[in-house]
Amino acid sequence: MKIAVLLKKVPDLVEDLEVDASGKELDTDDIKFKLNEYDDHALEEAILLKESGAVDEVVAMAVDGEDVDKMLFTAIAKGADKAVKLTDGNPADSHQLGKAFSNVLESANYDLVFTGVQSVDDRDGQLGPILASYLHVPCVSVVSGVALSGETAVVHKEYSGGMMAEFEVDLPAVLGIQAAKQAPRYAPVSKIRQVQEIAAIEEVSMGDLGSGAGSSVASMAPPEKGVGAKILDDVEALMDVLKDKGAL
Amino acid sequence: MGDILVITEHLKGEFQDITFEMVGRAKEMADSSGGQCVAVTFGSMNEKAGELGAADSVISVGGSDDFNPESYAAAVQSVVSAKSPSLVMVGSTSMGMDIANAVATVLDIPTISYCTDINTSSSGFSCTSSMYGGKMNAVTNVDGSAVTMILAGAFNADAGRISGSPTVEDFSADFGAGKIRFKQLIEPEAGDVDITQSEILVAVGRGIGSKDDIELAEELAEVLDADMACSRPLVDAGWMPRARQVGKSGMKVKPKVYIALGISGAPEHIEGMKSSSTIIAINSDKNAPIFDVAHYGMTEDLFDVVEELVEELE
Repeated sequence: MKIAVLLKKVPDLVEDLEVDASGKELDTDDIKFKLNEYDDHALEEAILLKESGAVDEVVAMAVDGEDVDKMLFTAIAKGADKAVKLTDGNPADSHQLGKAFSNVLESANYDLVFTGVQSVDDRDGQLGPILASYLHVPCVSVVSGVALSGETAVVHKEYSGGMMAEFEVDLPAVLGIQAAKQAPRYAPVSKIRQVQEIAAIEEVSMGDLGSGAGSSVASMAPPEKGVGAKILDDVEALMDVLKDKGAL
Repeated sequence: MGDILVITEHLKGEFQDITFEMVGRAKEMADSSGGQCVAVTFGSMNEKAGELGAADSVISVGGSDDFNPESYAAAVQSVVSAKSPSLVMVGSTSMGMDIANAVATVLDIPTISYCTDINTSSSGFSCTSSMYGGKMNAVTNVDGSAVTMILAGAFNADAGRISGSPTVEDFSADFGAGKIRFKQLIEPEAGDVDITQSEILVAVGRGIGSKDDIELAEELAEVLDADMACSRPLVDAGWMPRARQVGKSGMKVKPKVYIALGISGAPEHIEGMKSSSTIIAINSDKNAPIFDVAHYGMTEDLFDVVEELVEELE
């Protein structure tokens, strides 16, 4: 049993975000990128399945880019067996990303592909179900619990209000992971350094990326500020509000 | 512009609010552009077509009452292929995510996620997507057919919650190859407190920093006789129990007072708490989207504020 986990970097929302000169895209010059938090959960769930003995191999995959080697070495330090980097292209959206991964995955023998359920920049749709459509395999999104038995996976898909539905899915399949069974683990810096010295990242050409999203952004801007919150100057003012609204 | 197809969503025999939000908006757009608002129902929900009175007509694909990512997407795909609507509206929800992307990718039409607004334009329509955790809005203009994923709460459900007797067409849909099988619904584990009933909530988000620091928020909850709530990341980190989670995948709450500590206000969280009577946000990031939905705000360090407040109240 072999799982591919697809990792992607996204802008860290802690940063002040600004629109670039085109007025259509985020200005990414001075902002920090980090691993998409849902991808981190996808990786954790895959590693947990390996540790439980249900999975033989976990392969972390990402498109080449700045600091991607470090992200992949970190994945190995956490427990992935192997890392693969997709080169020779620059996917612009979820559709092209889906094409890149499907080009690499369709000839490889994977039983499961895990993606993070969504990312903060996937305006043209979510990678998991798009990739599954290209690969012609079933997909379940918003998954927070995966068990494997034979040729099927039993997954829990979250609905609103804390409800969940259980599905049995024939493999191979793509799962969009919302949350792992436990919080994603940390890899100590010393271990990442050690991995960097002994592990190698396999490079694979990503092939033809297709025509992409089929739509493009006409303009981007921070949301217009409405009336917004009345800003309180001190705790005394806050206490007045609490009293006025019946909380005291 | 042609017809607008609304993919209804239901759970346990009831249409979800998102259904009425989409039908209401679709009807307004259809009326202004000369098309029809057509709602698609699944399973036995055609029996409740009378609740979809805002729609001009209903297409019933039948099949199972239980959502299935594969079969529901296949059914919608066959309806979209047969009817060629100008626009398909799907909820930006757990169920919608499986339907929208599969249908659009297979039919090779664009998907536009996280829509908070959608309007007809001279050449088609234009829609606004909430991106980057609610910190940016991206406008996409579309002049052909597209699938849009509509965020819960973007439109008023009352506009679509109109009874009537739309014509119902039984449609013979394809339901896929059966590679995914529904097994059961799992009810949420009951928590010690039902936060949907709380009068005052102290809610903590990622800004609280560490598990140990939640204690300070708990002290505030105690002096205010409030219950504790949280945003999703704290549940995923194992810091707070699931029964305390507010938002899209958690609980929808509407307390008298909602105090948000270190919560940035991603759309997924706002969906669960925006109906609170009074929202007070404390967050040192003055650009945090939570301040757009909050009635009162403080941008000082949350620990300083809460410590001082607890001291004053004790």
